[in-house]
Amino acid sequence: MFSFVLRRLASAVPTLFIVVTISFFLMRFAPGGPFNLERPLPPATMENLMRAYQLDQPLWRQYLTYMGNAVTGDFGPSYIYKDNSVAELIGKGLPYSVELGFYALLLALVGGVIVGTFAALRQNSALDFAVMSVATVGVTVPNFVVGPVLTLIFAIVLAWLPAGGWGDGSLRFLILPMIALALPQLAVFARLTRGSMIEALRTDHIRTARAYGLPAKSVVVVHAMRGAMLPVVSYLAPCAAALLTGSAVVETIFTIPGVGRYFVLGAINRDYTLVMGTVVLIAIFVIVFNLAVDILYGLLDPRVRHD
Amino acid sequence: MANKLIGFRAALLAGAILLGASPALAEAVLHRGNAGEPQTLDQAHTSINIEAFILKDLYEGLTIYDTAGKIIPGAAESWTVSDDGTVYTFKLRENGKWSDGSPVTAEDFVFSLARVEDPKTAAGYANILYPIKNAEKVNKGELGVDQLGLKAVDAKTLEITLERPTPFFLELLAHQTALPVSKASVEKNGADFVKPGTMISNGAFKLISHVPNDNLVVEKNPEYWDAAAVKLDKVIFYPIDDQAASVRRFEAKEMDLVYNFSADQIDRLKKSYGEQVRVSPSLATYYYAFDTRQEPYSDVRVRQALSMAVDRDFLAKEIYSGSQLPAYSMVPPGLQGYEPGFADFGTLSQLDREDKALELMKEAGYGEGGKPLKIEIRYNTNPNHERVATAIADMWKNTFAADVSLVNLDVSSHYAYLQEGGAFNVARAGWQADYADAENFLALSLSANKTFNYGHFENADFDGLMKKSYDEKDPAARAKLMHDAEVILMKEQPVAPLLTQADLWLVSDKVKGWADNVNNEHLSRFLSVSE
Amino acid sequence: MTDAVVSVTPASDVKGRSLFQLAVMRFRRNRPAMAGSVMLLLIACFSFFGPFFISHSYDQVFSSYVTIPPSLEPRPGEDTLEEAMKGVATRARVELQSFTVEGETFTATITAKDPIDPRATRYFDRANEFDKTEVVTTEDEGRKLTLSGIVDREYFLFGTDTNGRDLMARVMLGGQISIAVGLLASLVSLGIGVTYGAISGYMGGRVDNVMMRFVEILYSLPFVFLVVVLVVFFGRSFVLIFLVIGAVEWLDMARIVRGQTLSLKRREFIGAAEALGLTDWQIIRRHVIPNTIGPVVIFVTVIVPKVILLESFLSFLGLGVQAPLTSWGSLIAEGANNIQSAPWLLIFPAIFFVVTLFSLNFVGDGLRDAFDPKDR
Repeated sequence: MFSFVLRRLASAVPTLFIVVTISFFLMRFAPGGPFNLERPLPPATMENLMRAYQLDQPLWRQYLTYMGNAVTGDFGPSYIYKDNSVAELIGKGLPYSVELGFYALLLALVGGVIVGTFAALRQNSALDFAVMSVATVGVTVPNFVVGPVLTLIFAIVLAWLPAGGWGDGSLRFLILPMIALALPQLAVFARLTRGSMIEALRTDHIRTARAYGLPAKSVVVVHAMRGAMLPVVSYLAPCAAALLTGSAVVETIFTIPGVGRYFVLGAINRDYTLVMGTVVLIAIFVIVFNLAVDILYGLLDPRVRHD
Repeated sequence: MANKLIGFRAALLAGAILLGASPALAEAVLHRGNAGEPQTLDQAHTSINIEAFILKDLYEGLTIYDTAGKIIPGAAESWTVSDDGTVYTFKLRENGKWSDGSPVTAEDFVFSLARVEDPKTAAGYANILYPIKNAEKVNKGELGVDQLGLKAVDAKTLEITLERPTPFFLELLAHQTALPVSKASVEKNGADFVKPGTMISNGAFKLISHVPNDNLVVEKNPEYWDAAAVKLDKVIFYPIDDQAASVRRFEAKEMDLVYNFSADQIDRLKKSYGEQVRVSPSLATYYYAFDTRQEPYSDVRVRQALSMAVDRDFLAKEIYSGSQLPAYSMVPPGLQGYEPGFADFGTLSQLDREDKALELMKEAGYGEGGKPLKIEIRYNTNPNHERVATAIADMWKNTFAADVSLVNLDVSSHYAYLQEGGAFNVARAGWQADYADAENFLALSLSANKTFNYGHFENADFDGLMKKSYDEKDPAARAKLMHDAEVILMKEQPVAPLLTQADLWLVSDKVKGWADNVNNEHLSRFLSVSE
Repeated sequence: MTDAVVSVTPASDVKGRSLFQLAVMRFRRNRPAMAGSVMLLLIACFSFFGPFFISHSYDQVFSSYVTIPPSLEPRPGEDTLEEAMKGVATRARVELQSFTVEGETFTATITAKDPIDPRATRYFDRANEFDKTEVVTTEDEGRKLTLSGIVDREYFLFGTDTNGRDLMARVMLGGQISIAVGLLASLVSLGIGVTYGAISGYMGGRVDNVMMRFVEILYSLPFVFLVVVLVVFFGRSFVLIFLVIGAVEWLDMARIVRGQTLSLKRREFIGAAEALGLTDWQIIRRHVIPNTIGPVVIFVTVIVPKVILLESFLSFLGLGVQAPLTSWGSLIAEGANNIQSAPWLLIFPAIFFVVTLFSLNFVGDGLRDAFDPKDR
């Protein structure tokens, strides 16, 4: 097990390396640069800026410099947010994204599994149909619609909750963005749970348990759940990585100071270093969560072996 | 287990809802929505007005704008100008102090301005101070920084020598690039001098904390020379780049001030909030540029015809809900001592313009019966620009039976393409004045101006008049020269001015001391809040 | 997982088809799935054939009708006609003395201090409300004109957008683009995914290792980011958008097909094909790919809504299709910004969008059940 984890972590290094390299060159092939603004800069100023940020050097050299610095954890200065380094920006924003994403993940997972289980137990009933319809709407309505609608109702008309911002970080600031973030994922979890629960309820050992007259509830929770969680767990990895690294849409709509907005902002403003920083961050999250899920898989399903 | 968790969450949720609004604060706090995250708080790197709002609250320049948008003494208590208009001598306030209690000296100003011109600093707005003697050469690395026309005569006397008389120099000094930094602090802290806890400022407020994309808090600076007159204890700037979100937060009463919102919201907001919606014309022109290097846009008749066929009233009234004004000159009206050179078709009715446009187009041999007219409008991605382009495409289609297509790119690609001389047909651009002078707008079309003159317009008469205006010392004669130049420009129409833009603000009833002004200057120092 | 389908296929075509027929039968009995299919058909007809039945084109600007709410009544309504006429008179710089409407025709008397240029009628034709205006009588040396013409009535069942374009025409166009992007992008991902997965699984060994390693690397690239970067950098043509989305959605497909292929490879008919001397590519094309069709079809119904949603996200960022083209995603993003001032701009496209994705989900579930041999 331990050597499995080690091996996986070691293999992550070349993956990261390739991801960073691809992103680096991709960014540079784009038209425009970080200093092409609505208000054009005079040539002399442009030259000064290019020199100050070493963008006047040949590309391969910039690449080597960047890689050299990145290995030591220095991801360079941000070209748009000039007072901050990329590491500082991500360091400041990440805790907000992670906290909000964690709550949203919890809500989506717990809510989705409960809803899905209920639907599966009453397969093809009116309840099943109703619950799954709601879940489907959850997936289909984009969160840039859910966000404004929620704010309109709860912040402006009813004035129960704040319309945005992080405030003091208390729950009332988090409820609306949390719901907007969790809703689509909750629906996915519900569908996954329902599907695999229906399968699990049909397997022989559950039928046997039922035939022995064990009460339906305990059969579900004790026996079926364990097997049915596999697809849910495998979806957990991409879901957690996506939620914890923030969402550009939700963070913009609710003015949350997280990191989710940086990759879009960075790409549009040609903030090369900021984009690279975000790429590395997301790649690390994806790799780590995939690993975590593989380990969890082994715990849930004894047939999966890491050797 | 899962059930319990949900119950726990629900209880928390209910509790949170019951708690409701935050407790009332005893101190006077202004919640100021600020249209976006400041990219920097360093006066050498700042480039946008959302930074200016913060920086001008933190620092005080030699001159400042009052609520009416007029230049008044700031850190300088008074000044004298030499007879030839090239030497300015500023007397700094005796009681001017930094927020750490140390005095603001002439040396600080010399250091600050020299820092902006130093090529190593790579200041984005260095050119705004080029009127200072040798500044341009210093910035290009041709002369040493010590060659600048700056001199600290004594601790409180600053002498600035100019390259040539510059009538708008006092306005340049009110720009955020000309704000002072504490020499001691920059020398000690380097680039970190902008960080909360480190920053030392000389304005009415001092920086307390800054969470990127969430808030920036400034507090009243007790060392400020006029601290007694500052009514606010605290100002919180909220950087909200999503315009719809900032309006929602205003409606939820979380913001007292909101800068910039989508024009199509004006009617609704005016209905609900009346006077709290502020629309004030600004020194900014929204225009389309024609690529004069290629057919058919090299033909002045085609340019005139296309420009005339644009129903600017429709753009202003319907697309912008009356928040912008139709423009017939490159220089927006309202500049003191300058009469814009309006395009002659401005006085005609729209139908007459269209008749004339059709005639011109026919003469040029395009449109119905002539060569087909294929036009591509380029603009940078933005809902408002898209609506304008859509409307104009429809107008050209209807008038000339032209085949009009739209292309939009993100800001960076759009302007990089234009600035690097890419070929186009028609392209959107906008210009916001850096200082209140017509030259600022007209210089965009000088043939020597390779980066700004997107359409590569070349006209010897226009260039000649502009050149004369730079050497002219008499303000009235200078204004006349520029006016004549603009008349030529509007006849040639290498640029078709469409709208004079306006600044949109939502100002809560709670805010007192607010006044709309053409310079869009609103120092928190002059504002107060009432419950 | 669909062993039953797989094992019988090479044996006889007849039996395979009957299994397929069985699936069709099961699908037909699934009422939500059938309802979903009908719904999809209706929406597709609305989007693709609708434009032939309405007189407004998607980029036609009605300058008199900017941001008007939906209504079953034709515009202009009786109450607004006089208002509209007054507005026109002001623009033509004349006084409106009297104004009457009878059926489709109107009569107006206008006066001015100076003789009126007869061309002033063009101001009336210019407004969307009136047409074919003519001078009937001229009095007072041309200072007083009587005009008549017809009232041009237009229907805007969905209202108009902030540019004065008919929202119904826009929703139809949006449907065309969204459906097209959804299908084409899914086809692209299908093409890449199936080929890649089949090759990787069939070749096995080192080739499989390298190919799957590559997929893993791509998995760690933030994909939404990649889409944004590609669209930002290489412009926003319609083709590029579905290519890019398709190019980032094939990974799951490749994995599923590979797994399927691995299990197929051990079957006798593949061995038989090898013995007959077919090349690897022939075997993949004729025997491997056709046998993965079940799970692939199901997966497509999952991917189409995903693609449509991804496109709407791009639209939210302003990176969707080039104006004046539009998609449901763009329309919804625009509507979300006008939620308070013009709710219909959100409601109509959102209904179509949600109903479509909803139906696709039911159809997907129905297909899964129909092809699942365990579900009897």
